[in-house]
Amino acid sequence: MVENRPFLTALSHLVVLLGVIIIAFPVWMTFVASTHSQQTMLQSPIPVLPGPHLIENYAKVLTEGYGRVGSTPVMMTLTNSLIMALGVAIGKIAISITSAFAIVYFRFPGRMYFFWAIFVTLMLPVEVRIVPTYGVVASLGMLDSYAGLIIPLIASATATFLFRQFFLSVPDELTEAARVDGASPMRFFWDILLPMSRTSIAALFVIQFIYGWNQYLWPLLITTKESYYTVVMTVSRQANVVDSVPSWNLLMAMAMLAMLPPVLVVVFMQRQFVRGLVETEK
Amino acid sequence: MEKRVTFNSRWLPYLLLGPQMIITLVFFFWPSGQAIYQSVLIEDVFGGNSKFVWFENFAQLFRDNSYAHSAQITVVFSFLVAAIGLGVSLLLAVMADRVIRGATAYKTFLVWPYAVAPAVAGVLWGFLFNPSVGIIAWMLQGIGIEFNYVINGNQALLLVVIAAVWNQISYNFLFFLAGLQSIPKSLIEAAAIDGAGPGRRFWDIIFPLLSPVGFFLLVVNIIYAFFGTFGVVDALTKGGPGKSTEILVFKVFNDGFRGQDLGGSSAQSVILMVVVIALTFVQFRFIERRVHY
Repeated sequence: MVENRPFLTALSHLVVLLGVIIIAFPVWMTFVASTHSQQTMLQSPIPVLPGPHLIENYAKVLTEGYGRVGSTPVMMTLTNSLIMALGVAIGKIAISITSAFAIVYFRFPGRMYFFWAIFVTLMLPVEVRIVPTYGVVASLGMLDSYAGLIIPLIASATATFLFRQFFLSVPDELTEAARVDGASPMRFFWDILLPMSRTSIAALFVIQFIYGWNQYLWPLLITTKESYYTVVMTVSRQANVVDSVPSWNLLMAMAMLAMLPPVLVVVFMQRQFVRGLVETEK
Repeated sequence: MEKRVTFNSRWLPYLLLGPQMIITLVFFFWPSGQAIYQSVLIEDVFGGNSKFVWFENFAQLFRDNSYAHSAQITVVFSFLVAAIGLGVSLLLAVMADRVIRGATAYKTFLVWPYAVAPAVAGVLWGFLFNPSVGIIAWMLQGIGIEFNYVINGNQALLLVVIAAVWNQISYNFLFFLAGLQSIPKSLIEAAAIDGAGPGRRFWDIIFPLLSPVGFFLLVVNIIYAFFGTFGVVDALTKGGPGKSTEILVFKVFNDGFRGQDLGGSSAQSVILMVVVIALTFVQFRFIERRVHY
């Protein structure tokens, strides 16, 4: 702080505090709604303080789902989301760290072509080419499978670039020393490069976990069997079903459960999260 | 930049690159090629036969009023998302940068919305503004504003903008805060000694030094508004009422899957690809070298 201006400091606190409150408000109301009975949530104005039905509502959505015919227990959709998020995060890291290793540490014919082929993928988000990608996955018979949920999403260049950037900053002396000692390339990769990349891997993992968990359009398109539904898509799908008596309490309990895992990851791994965010965009 | 010391192997690099190249070829180049190929075909309504029609699909799109309408909405939408999002998060970042006590706690409370899925964010805001039980809709009614996003197109667009901004605010905030913290304190102090007040210091020193970050965020936010907001729109309005929130990326999906117009949808995909490539090019060409974190 350059100078002491009590008024301005108080104003700053006020503005930030106000921002925090406004940003948290939707989630607060969601939480409140998830703790009331269905009747309470049908009359306007709805309460702004939590009610007594918290455990009941959450137990119901976890084991039975939204309670309508054909609804999926949230326990199952949460598991699917977890599998998908972990699959996307781990898959992306695995394929991109090896390809970055190849591009940085080897000279071979066609190297630059591979580099550019990966680079181009940076440009097109899956939403843009969604219809033909669906066609490809369908013709490969990968609809309604974890492979179909995960594999098409792990082709992305950001992670490869992050690792390439990092490998380029690793001192050549380490490679020289390893070679003098007779280490094979893979030995160097496992024993030196991989341990050194720990922080980058952690940062990337947080970002990709959130990315995988929050996928919406893709699981919506390629899953028709309930046993592969993810939690984010079921929340949105139930919200859009026209029904005579909507169960806001149950819907909002589902929304809370859909938000909780990635939010916890961000809050508890904040350092890695910020690092990952800044680095993947570079 | 290249490595001086490398390994030699005839086959190992191809093996290492293999998985990523196969996935990229199958799930990236193949579908992208298909989109381009289908964009010059018209498929028979009954399926089966398709005819090569040069650029007829594109020509049809440009003649189509609903496409122009969708493009117009997308521009308005992206402008609002970027302008409001950047404005609010810059204000929050500048204020959070000023406070010393509690800064970390504030940061934690501001970063988490990033982790909420766009589709879920749509559901949350839809609940707040729900015409029958939404608390904000109720409060607005109390002061005489009839808010019903289900039938009012402008209100629907506004709501989609709010939800999209809310989802993106933590991202902008973090980058602005990092930018603010990288500005040398000595510059600010020198200006203060010369008698510049906080407002003057902000506009004459902080704001110009922050502009590379701002420009970078502008591009990222436009890309986000164009492509990242599908979930928000789908959860909140499904493009309606009428077609008042049908942004381009939603129309691609709508025409392709609901309307079964493969050629038209592919042509739209190709146009969007060109837009993303242009934006990415701008991002790399003009920004990368000048932004320092």
